[in-house]
Amino acid sequence: MQYLLLIYNDESNWNTLSEPEGAKILKEFGEFTQEIMASGNLKGGNRLHDVSKATTVRVKDGKKVVTDGPFAETKEQLGGYYLIEAADLDEATTIAARIPAARMGSIEVRPVWEMARP
Amino acid sequence: MGAQGARLPGDSEARVAWLARRIIRLVWGEPVPIEPGFLDQIYRDEWGRIVAALIRRLGSFELAEEAAQEAFAAALVQWPREGMPPNARAWLMRTAQHKAIDALRRRTRWEAPGDPQAAMAKIAQWPSHLGEEEVLEDDRLRLIFTCCHPALAIEAQVALTLRTLCGLKTEQIARGFLVPTPTMAQRLVRAQQKIRDAGIPYRTPPRAELAERLAAVLLVVYLVFNEGYNAAREGRALSDEAIRLGRLLNELLPGEGEVLGLLALMLLHDARRNARTSASGDLILLEEQERGLWEGAKVAEGLRLAEQALRHGIGSYAVQAAIAAVHGQAATAEHTDWAQIVALYDVLLRMQPSPVVELNRAAAVAMAQGCEKGLDLIDGIDGRGELRGYYLLPAARADLLRRLGRWAPAALAYRQALRMAVGEAEKRFLAKRLREVEAAAHSK
Repeated sequence: MQYLLLIYNDESNWNTLSEPEGAKILKEFGEFTQEIMASGNLKGGNRLHDVSKATTVRVKDGKKVVTDGPFAETKEQLGGYYLIEAADLDEATTIAARIPAARMGSIEVRPVWEMARP
Repeated sequence: MGAQGARLPGDSEARVAWLARRIIRLVWGEPVPIEPGFLDQIYRDEWGRIVAALIRRLGSFELAEEAAQEAFAAALVQWPREGMPPNARAWLMRTAQHKAIDALRRRTRWEAPGDPQAAMAKIAQWPSHLGEEEVLEDDRLRLIFTCCHPALAIEAQVALTLRTLCGLKTEQIARGFLVPTPTMAQRLVRAQQKIRDAGIPYRTPPRAELAERLAAVLLVVYLVFNEGYNAAREGRALSDEAIRLGRLLNELLPGEGEVLGLLALMLLHDARRNARTSASGDLILLEEQERGLWEGAKVAEGLRLAEQALRHGIGSYAVQAAIAAVHGQAATAEHTDWAQIVALYDVLLRMQPSPVVELNRAAAVAMAQGCEKGLDLIDGIDGRGELRGYYLLPAARADLLRRLGRWAPAALAYRQALRMAVGEAEKRFLAKRLREVEAAAHSK
């Protein structure tokens, strides 16, 4: 099965990390990504720019409406994601727990909807 | 055997039916006549096993439950008419297998994710004659751990365990937890959907995770027990169910200290069930209970299991069982070894720091070392504010003030407790005590 691991953190905490702290976390992220690539679990993933750069789009009466900011203001913001392949939820949560940011915020584990193939 | 005493009946229609039964008996072997209530017993004994084995084979909770339900329904019709098959479990498994194939045939792709054709092919490969050995005990253990998976909400874990493993009807569970049946039905459907769509595995956790996952299972069992224990008389079926689950766990995971501890704890509490409420449904405190009404066999078993549990290690259920055991060993309330109980609460508190445990310890200290000492401790707990709104805190204070003959402050505390209490039986009890201390205050 595929799972999307959504990384939620308080951006203000993230932005106030000292330079060595930030460098350490980045290094850990690099190692983690290498590990799950080598184990074959990694299907994709990216870090996201913070929500100050988010734009929300809706279509109202057939017209595109663009507004500044995220869909919802929350205490923790989506900062990045991994798409992984795992045997089951237990494997997925075990991998999620290894994401360095899990110590600071939380990881939402969402199973990817399996499309019926024609 | 019942068949030997049978005589050929007179009228022709009955004669044909009798012959048909006779032939079926010859083919099946010698069937056992069915006693009333026997099918209920089979249902209770076999439901969890059959469903657990079917889930492993079918990979689907919904399908397994549906097939098992239909198999039991078929047994209900067929067995009284044709006699019991020689191996009921194998008959039920085989029938459920046919029912599962029928169900898969009826389903469209959308309803059954995955491939119904492939699933049917897999079922077709099952051995055609399923013996008892086909139903693995491990399946029930897998089922328990899946039902109590931490990715499910605790209410869902409880509901799923009672439905899938114990075979309780949705209405029964709804009644036990005082929620409308459609709410409970939806809770069960959502839980099954999450298991399927989120890929919650059907397996016993690896050794490294076992202790933690077992704690979650035991919590579910204990919640079920307490729900039944605190309910009015008719709600007590849940306590029996929890004890059954405890016994099953003890059978499947022998020598686990906390399983033994929880089972002991439940038995020791349950032994008092007939003594803890009056005929009119009023609460009777431990101290005032008629100890002759305690069920001796349950107390004895509880004491034995509590001792075994402590030999396997000092877990929190084992210590709680030990506390219940000290009460169980006292011939009268006055003979209770309160110093021992205080010592056990000290151990429990170190293991599981909680203001509720502290409050219980304070009550024991009051009995062992004097009410003033207990009151000081209660004031300390109250001062920290963690138990704000918890009626047992003012109720415990009121009880100690009453014992000291300080009627006016006791009445004040009882009134405070009465405002916070929720259960009807608890309110009646507090109101009764309030009347008593008020009367004492006036007669002073």
